[in-house]
Amino acid sequence: MSLLPFFEWCESTGVGEAIRNSLWLFPVIESFHLLALALIGGAILLVDLRLLGLAFRGRRVAELATEVQPWLVGGLLVMIATGILLFTSEAIKCYYNAAFWTKMTALFPAIVFAFTVRRKVAGADENRLRPLWLRVTALVSLSLWTVVGAAGRWIGFSG
Amino acid sequence: MSLLALCQWLEKTAWSIALHESLWVYPIVESVHVLTLCLFLGMAVMLDLRLLGLVLRRVAMSHVMGQLMPWMIAGFTLMVISGALLFYAIPVRTYLNIFFRIKVVLLILAGLNAWIFQRTVYRRVAEWDLDPIAPKWARRASVASLAIWSMIVVAGRMIAYNWFDSPDLH
Repeated sequence: MSLLPFFEWCESTGVGEAIRNSLWLFPVIESFHLLALALIGGAILLVDLRLLGLAFRGRRVAELATEVQPWLVGGLLVMIATGILLFTSEAIKCYYNAAFWTKMTALFPAIVFAFTVRRKVAGADENRLRPLWLRVTALVSLSLWTVVGAAGRWIGFSG
Repeated sequence: MSLLALCQWLEKTAWSIALHESLWVYPIVESVHVLTLCLFLGMAVMLDLRLLGLVLRRVAMSHVMGQLMPWMIAGFTLMVISGALLFYAIPVRTYLNIFFRIKVVLLILAGLNAWIFQRTVYRRVAEWDLDPIAPKWARRASVASLAIWSMIVVAGRMIAYNWFDSPDLH
């Protein structure tokens, strides 16, 4: 089954149309998308850098992860809400855009990984985990999110 | 030589034209500029939230500062280099762009805010290092920082739109 009819429907919604027809709405929503990016980036980097042993070595990973979790979740919610709005305004362009599909393909595992494996590793007793696994977790997390971010920026360059 | 003349000269240099017309390099520099937001601004936001007592309340302020500062400096350096390259690729239009000018003014304000914070209330950090919420003037600097940097991101994003460009440019 093709997803094209769904994308066409998204673009035809009143919301999509309103954003498309407004001079200001798209850039303003995009700005909030970027501000949330900074927030998510900070929350993820803080923990990943700790997992890599590059910052906050004296603190427990579990403590740092718990502290930044609400900001990560909040940032993600803003990100998804603004992302959906941007998407509806140009859904058909996205359908034919390789960067969009790359982003979505990386986004799904990135979110799942953040709330399953990474959360488990960050919350675990560090003495019982080999340091290698902490580093691997951080590298997987950073790689996935970098693809999401870079591909996201690339949606604007192509098509 | 006026700034505009300088930009007009810059625009005619071979590297500026090459960067402007490149299929890959310009988008890559642009992506680096955007993704470095996570490193520089993400860490700055964490620092500001710590001052407000909204994250890492049990970690000493000086420790948070010491741990985040190297990453912020690295992020800021990348931001400035990639930003300078983006300007170099499109000098005249950028120079005349109202949002670029607003962004420059805001950057100066952000720098001043950070400098004042470091020279005044942060000098006495030993007195409030372990307080979960920083003193009033530190919180004010934090709110100012969050507000100014948010406006910088918005202004930066707007540079790409040509609503107020001089008609001579097109």
